[in-house]
Amino acid sequence: MIELDAVTVRYADATAAVLREVDLTIPEGELALVIGHTGSGKSTLLRTVNGLVPHFSGGTLTGTVRVAGRDTREHRPRDLADVVGFVGQDPLAGFVTDSVEDELAYGMESLGLPGDVMRRRVEETLDLLGLAGLRHRPLADLSAGQQQRVAIGSVLTTHPRVLVLDEPTSALDPLAAEEVLATLQRLVHDLGLTVLLAEHRLERVVQYADRVVQVADGRVSAGPPEEVLADSPVAPPVVELGRLAGWRPLPLSVRDARRRAGALRERLADRTPDGGGAAEGAEPTATAAPTADAADAASSEPVATVADLVVRYGRLVALRGVSLDLRPGEVVALMGRNGAGKSTLLRTLVGLRRPDAGQVRVAGQPPAELPPGRLLHHVGLVPQVPADLLYAATAADECANADADGHAAPGTTWDTFRRLSPGVPADRHPRDLSEGQRLTLALAVVLAARPPVLLLDEPTRGLDYTAKRRLVQMLRDLAGQGHAVLLATHDVELVAEVAGRVVMLADGEVVTDAPTVEAVVSSPAFAPQVAKVLAPLRWLTPGAVAAALAAADGATAVGR
Amino acid sequence: MRAVNLPTVPRHLHPGAWWLWALGLAAAASRTENPAPLLLVVAVTALVVAGRRTDAPWAASYPAFLRLAVLVIVVRVVLQALLSKDSQGPTVLVTLPQVPLPSGSGLQLGGQITAEAVLGALYQGLQFATILVCVGAANALGSARRLLRSVPGALYEVGVSCVIALTFAPQLVTDARRVREAHRLRGHRQRGLRAWARLAMPVLEGALDRSVELAAAMDSRGYGRTTNAAAVSRRLTAGLVLGGLLGVCIGTYGLLDGTAAAWLGLPTLAGGAALAVAGIGVGGRRTRRSRYRPDPWALPEWLVAGCGLLAAVAVFVQMHRDPASLVLASVTELPPVPLLAVVGILIGALPVVLAPPPPTPAADPAVDPARIEVAA
Repeated sequence: MIELDAVTVRYADATAAVLREVDLTIPEGELALVIGHTGSGKSTLLRTVNGLVPHFSGGTLTGTVRVAGRDTREHRPRDLADVVGFVGQDPLAGFVTDSVEDELAYGMESLGLPGDVMRRRVEETLDLLGLAGLRHRPLADLSAGQQQRVAIGSVLTTHPRVLVLDEPTSALDPLAAEEVLATLQRLVHDLGLTVLLAEHRLERVVQYADRVVQVADGRVSAGPPEEVLADSPVAPPVVELGRLAGWRPLPLSVRDARRRAGALRERLADRTPDGGGAAEGAEPTATAAPTADAADAASSEPVATVADLVVRYGRLVALRGVSLDLRPGEVVALMGRNGAGKSTLLRTLVGLRRPDAGQVRVAGQPPAELPPGRLLHHVGLVPQVPADLLYAATAADECANADADGHAAPGTTWDTFRRLSPGVPADRHPRDLSEGQRLTLALAVVLAARPPVLLLDEPTRGLDYTAKRRLVQMLRDLAGQGHAVLLATHDVELVAEVAGRVVMLADGEVVTDAPTVEAVVSSPAFAPQVAKVLAPLRWLTPGAVAAALAAADGATAVGR
Repeated sequence: MRAVNLPTVPRHLHPGAWWLWALGLAAAASRTENPAPLLLVVAVTALVVAGRRTDAPWAASYPAFLRLAVLVIVVRVVLQALLSKDSQGPTVLVTLPQVPLPSGSGLQLGGQITAEAVLGALYQGLQFATILVCVGAANALGSARRLLRSVPGALYEVGVSCVIALTFAPQLVTDARRVREAHRLRGHRQRGLRAWARLAMPVLEGALDRSVELAAAMDSRGYGRTTNAAAVSRRLTAGLVLGGLLGVCIGTYGLLDGTAAAWLGLPTLAGGAALAVAGIGVGGRRTRRSRYRPDPWALPEWLVAGCGLLAAVAVFVQMHRDPASLVLASVTELPPVPLLAVVGILIGALPVVLAPPPPTPAADPAVDPARIEVAA
């Protein structure tokens, strides 16, 4: 269905080719998953399929790309609209109209389909994707998962034979992501659609894939998921666990792994995660705080407190009676559905929003009363879009500005940034940094004022596994230095790695406030993969399991 | 009778009908400075908006237009009172200290403020405010976006640009707020030119990124695929439409300005309109786009638009027969009630029963979690 033959792509101003001599064939009816680091050329590969590269992006493409027999050399993206459906990273940015029904019809209108056909297909698509109840709703009012489904529906109505998706679940909470993936699964199985999708969060997707396409430095290799993941540098936790335990073929889903995990569970049954290697583990009796001394964290004075906080937007209550303490040296994860009030709580803690009732205290004072110049020495927030914090023309200027704002010695921020992301040239524009580098730059900027309370809103959005690993290390170090870290996130694997305590919000109320192990192990949506495989044992990360195995049996058990 | 012709079956009225109705009322308002018919026009729009508006966000714009109208009147009165010449009338209300201005300007700041000046300004302001309120009513009843969906094929590209602009403007505001908050997080106070420069950079970059993203999405979804635009046909369309619009403008000016030559009026208007229609026809042939669920134009649409037209005609006729009842000779006297104009404007209130009621959303538009995120 999709054939790439000796494809090389080079952008006009770049020295190196983005893709080199790529040969790839994807047969009809397959779900192919594209993996690789940020900036490895995944998006470029996806965009060659419907001709956006090179027709829209510029640059030169040599070799041939054929989709359903059509050569992208002669066919522009618009001429392929009836064959390839393309869904970009941010669904909202790709919407042309403003209501669900119109958006579904837009592609068909462009193709000039007759009215009765359009009417029928819109109804079918509304049912297929479970959008019927939303048909008249404005697109901006939908939740992120609903928007993603509308975006998929809007390309399905032209009855394409290929669906190309760029990170369809990266902005979604676990349940919304499952919804979208279930939809894709249904399309592949029932309609025989060929799907090509890129995704960083392998743990969500890899079990559905028939084939994994790995992009590294412009080279592409493809194969069955078990084989590609056996020695891939990026792998979901369940695969890492499989490698540790020496399972062949590798398990891709929690179900596969669980069926083989009996022996491993027995070996681990008499051990408890003792924090070797991964620091998060704790017995239910102990207060789990990652790097700082647990007893120390529990006894010290909280640096930020929230008591009976109520925040309303008109008649809508975003937070009702939330109470929370943050102590130095602890990492707390704030979880919950999209719209549960996580962002609102963070915003209230940095004084962007005044409480409607209740109290918020940071360093003993209400943050909304503090002048901005003093506030940043008490609490710092890395927003969901880190680029919002950045406005200078180069990374070095940005750091110099941050030093001035935070009254730090010149060079402090730049040093922090270099430690977190080594090798970035000083004159690089912040826009040209990768997602991970931008995040670390924003983090370095916030840390310039050394705030004892650090808040992060969805820090792993768009990060690949390597960047995520670095973030985990960074957060542990910060906690070790006595910062209190509160991070709002959907990423259960990140929480398992780094958080000592989980606060779960639902409908504006705290439903759980407990050490990570207790909070996530029993939760169907928020349990990390390792916990699901090894339940009822309380293990959260492959790192903890590896450490325990190494301690138990020495090299023999791990090597086998 | 077919369902679309029944005014009792709930549906969205064609937004074009609402705009024609409102323009009729606005035209009526434009012919008079008599506060009696003007206030009546405002009352009529308020009645119809209250009876036939939907729950959509833009439907809430009517009160905003009302406030704007009040502001217009206040500004007009204050300016007139402060910057008046001596010869406004004999009834002095109050005398302010006078600030001398260069004598050539013919203006004076302060000095005597007369009742005639204030009342005259009030009535003129009321006229303009009434026209504003009519536009507000049209906006509240017939969404501008829905109207853009109905533009003829030849103007499709223009329509798309307008829709995108309508989406981008609020997005820019949201972005600007987000970035400003981010600056607060860095300890800046948001004042002065430098703060603006810092704000503009990320906002504009974001907007640019989004436009590129949107263009890619539109291209992938077949935008422009069915236009086989030969350069000749494109230029012909553009020429015809532009020439036609020019003709319409000149013709309208000729009609409204009583002193213009006769050929400038109706003939130019008709010629321009014919040119424009021809252009739209030629342009419509070159695109083969189809339209999903076009809004029907049926009996209620004719009736609603007709009511607006009748109101305008009644006021125009009254103007012809008895100009003194609409253009006041003396602002201090009690304004007369022009009977025919009042009847015409009251006809303009009929859409409150002639237009079908808007459908209520089937599902309860319960509080949606996404709203929090948007609000946040």
